Amino acid sequence: MHPAKSVIYFTTATGAGYGLFIWLALFGASGVIPADQIFGLVSFGIAFFLVVSGLLSSTLHLAHPERAWRALSQWRSSWLSREGVIAITTFLPLSLFAISWVLLGEVQGLARTIGALGAILCLGTVFCTAMIYASLKAIPAWNNVWVVPCYLIFALASGALLLSLLLAVFNLPGLGISLVVAVACLALGMLVKLICWSPQFATGTSSTSGTATGLGELGEVRLMEAPHTEANFLLKEMGFQIARKHARKLRRIAIVLGFVLPAIALGLALNIDGIAPLFWIIPAVLSHTIGIVTERWLFFAEAQHVVMLYYGQTEIGPEKTAKG
Amino acid sequence: MTQLPTKPPQKKLGLVIDLDICVGCHACAVNCKEWNTGGHSAPLTDTDPFGPEPDGVWFNRIHTFEVQDKQEQTSQTVHVPKSCLHCEDAPCVTVCPTGASYKREEDGIVLVNADTCIGCKLCSWACPYGAREMDEVEGVMKKCTMCIDRIYNENLAEEERVPACVSTCPTGARHFGDLGDPDSDVSKLVAARDGFELMPEQGTKPVNRYLAPRQKRGGVTQSASCGSPQKDDVQPDAAGLLARWVDRILSD
Repeated sequence: MHPAKSVIYFTTATGAGYGLFIWLALFGASGVIPADQIFGLVSFGIAFFLVVSGLLSSTLHLAHPERAWRALSQWRSSWLSREGVIAITTFLPLSLFAISWVLLGEVQGLARTIGALGAILCLGTVFCTAMIYASLKAIPAWNNVWVVPCYLIFALASGALLLSLLLAVFNLPGLGISLVVAVACLALGMLVKLICWSPQFATGTSSTSGTATGLGELGEVRLMEAPHTEANFLLKEMGFQIARKHARKLRRIAIVLGFVLPAIALGLALNIDGIAPLFWIIPAVLSHTIGIVTERWLFFAEAQHVVMLYYGQTEIGPEKTAKG
Repeated sequence: MTQLPTKPPQKKLGLVIDLDICVGCHACAVNCKEWNTGGHSAPLTDTDPFGPEPDGVWFNRIHTFEVQDKQEQTSQTVHVPKSCLHCEDAPCVTVCPTGASYKREEDGIVLVNADTCIGCKLCSWACPYGAREMDEVEGVMKKCTMCIDRIYNENLAEEERVPACVSTCPTGARHFGDLGDPDSDVSKLVAARDGFELMPEQGTKPVNRYLAPRQKRGGVTQSASCGSPQKDDVQPDAAGLLARWVDRILSD
């Protein structure tokens, strides 16, 4: 599949933003981190920026952005529509929670409940984003039960990393717990991604050039001549080839930069005081960003669409061992 | 609305495509383009049509395959014309976030409302068959309309009230009718020739059916002798007098 930059930014940025919201709400409501107003202003500012810019990026990617409001209408059948509805709904509790934190400087009583509700809706939004992809049977690499856990855990990991960075910058209590949570999410994220990539666990439907033409019973079916000599929309959108050449190397880069190095760096940032943790946390966030963007680029670029069976592929199914 | 019709469609209008007699001439694709660029989803735009990288919207594509029977050591060329299959469980319809993509209750035809399509391309991702193509110029998704502007068009002579691809096929490889009615000509044809669906494992329940190439006359061996490269075990006795005489002089 063609890896559109807008969609890569949309999924990674909203993931990190919602992840940050979730941890702010949970740690704020449980009193693990104090409701410091300046910290709140900056943190909610960053979270809102990530989420809003991500959602706008996905909207501007549309051929008719001025009609985007129509996408809220089909929530009964469409995961994309559901995502839009829940993303907008989520702004209400999040804004109230942020106002309570930043303006009143406290997270008590009703604000706690609203924060918890906001956190649940954030998870729901990320779930819907993942389901947009996971529900597409024609793309077996996405129609995999492990895709949704990946999206959810990556959002939590990115959010916990950002929260650790912010707590270290403001030198606030709660950094220790935040670092432990981030390391745990990174470890779990890596595990789930490796499972998602492994042929033994991948689920999804396999199709072949034999089933695509219905001629499989007559023998081996091979494309002899394509319908057109130049690339058309289908080949440009779904025939993306570059990634598979370097798939294995890129997967290693995604795992090492996205998960292993940040987890080690955050581990080293534990139990040190003052601004020293920042020397570990800043590189961890940068490394994680490169790793997660690589992972998301691969998620699109590596995924094969069964329509390519009409353009020369002979079998497209769940995860196989990556080449390159 | 992008929910599929709750009641089963009264009709299942669709195509039956006979792969036995399709000669891969692309006339269906060309006539489809010609009609539809002035039809319901008009225009079917092209970019760089006369330049080095021509591209454009087509509802019909003809893919040519080689089917090789490894055991019998035979192979045949089969042309597979492919257009929207107007699936009963159309995934392109249910994923549409705006309701622009819909399946009609009265005849099962899947259409796009160009006035409400936001061009998110998700329907083209959901379709296993590549039946939808984005119109990059207009920014909306386009697809086969089963020529709704022909099949119900009372200004056309009755025999012309079939999709453009069907009316133009020079070999009669394309048939149009109600596949929901077991007594229709197309349903009988499907029953007689064991018509099949493309990629049934994708669970889309396509309405269109395809008919497999018939077994060649005289069975596989006969088709092997005329269909695959000849081998050297020529039977000299079968040749004519002059040939046998030349053969005897030359072979030593």
